Amino acid sequence: MDIPYTVKPRPDTGLFNAKVGIWLFLASEVMLFGGLFSSYIFLRVAADASTWPHGLLNIPIGTFNTAVLITSSVTVVLAWASLKLGNFKKFRMYQAVTILCALGFLGIKSIEYKDKFTHYEVWMKPGKTLNVHGADVTRVTGHLEGSPWFWETKTLAQKNLQEVTFYPDDHHYATPRVKHAGGAGGAEHSTGHAAMKIPVGDIKRLSAFVPKHSTYFGIYFTLTALHALHVLGGAIVIAFLWGPGGKLWRTQPERFTNRIEVSGLFWHFVDLVWIFLFPVLYLL
Amino acid sequence: MADAHSHAHPHTHPHTHSGGDAHAHAHDVSKHVKVYIAVFLGLLAGTVVTVTMYYVHFENMAVTITIALFIATVKAFLVAGFFMHLISEKKTIYAVLAATAFFFAGMMYLIIWGRGEVPRGTQYWHGRNTEQPVDVRR
Repeated sequence: MDIPYTVKPRPDTGLFNAKVGIWLFLASEVMLFGGLFSSYIFLRVAADASTWPHGLLNIPIGTFNTAVLITSSVTVVLAWASLKLGNFKKFRMYQAVTILCALGFLGIKSIEYKDKFTHYEVWMKPGKTLNVHGADVTRVTGHLEGSPWFWETKTLAQKNLQEVTFYPDDHHYATPRVKHAGGAGGAEHSTGHAAMKIPVGDIKRLSAFVPKHSTYFGIYFTLTALHALHVLGGAIVIAFLWGPGGKLWRTQPERFTNRIEVSGLFWHFVDLVWIFLFPVLYLL
Repeated sequence: MADAHSHAHPHTHPHTHSGGDAHAHAHDVSKHVKVYIAVFLGLLAGTVVTVTMYYVHFENMAVTITIALFIATVKAFLVAGFFMHLISEKKTIYAVLAATAFFFAGMMYLIIWGRGEVPRGTQYWHGRNTEQPVDVRR
């Protein structure tokens, strides 16, 4: 039995069915991401200023990734337009760029994640302080020697360490930012600073920038990982239609074009979510 | 309505590619390709403006947030309007999106409502402003 209205518009909606389907799905996606965005706003507005990190994400990398995603969005629509003009070769060329952009985005995101998993904060026990750049502080961010992943307070005991070698950042996210000092995202790379030894006995808490570090990283990883899963899912569908799924073009070109349109609508939605995620998480 | 428009000219509007008129005229599609490129450049420009603004550092955080979200909204309209063809769609899709907008707005209202329901005795009771950064270098 043939699936009805894959090409012909259904008289009551005026649309082929898949298009109504994808829009209903996108409506549910709006609610999914909307719920998480509202959680973000709620958590952010209620948070004490000293607990909400600023400037820990790499803005140049985030900006570049935004441009990558925008590029993929235009190539998707150009690929669809090429099919409308009957040019399958051009369609494949544009979608190849889309797939490369999707993989590029995920690769860059992975590098960003890795930077977070190896970037640490140390909280000192009451009465203990560290001298960082000439000031006594109770919390410091930076890198551990050897850049290990996912260490936490109990790792220090498990490894039976007496002290750790720490490379502090220029700036702690909770201190007031001096205008124009060091530019944005200055805390990202700090290896130029002198190493300091911190006695393990003085450390109250050690955490990498992972979800349980703070509410900020909890919501950051939830939103960006869910978005990255959408990028991955969209890329798989687009890659399938670029490869084996493309056979349909020879037998049912209009139906194939509609599939490209529907996958494109999903892809644009993923881009749209990032348009809000980027300023909200990186810049504000 | 764009809907009525597409009924009036079923074969001259490439955005009504809902199946039946899939053979849009090459001329129209080419014209739209130019629009897509323009939108693409607009999106890149919006990104550059947003990021530049961050480096400029407005004294007032509210101004920064407002401008950044305004630019993001404009970009969202560009993507939804042109790449997703929402400027000329069928009524069914507008109806679906109207329902979505209603529930989305309701969900966002829950935040405002929730703000008033803070447990008594916590530091946010009385809506105290705690924007003052805490100096950790003590």
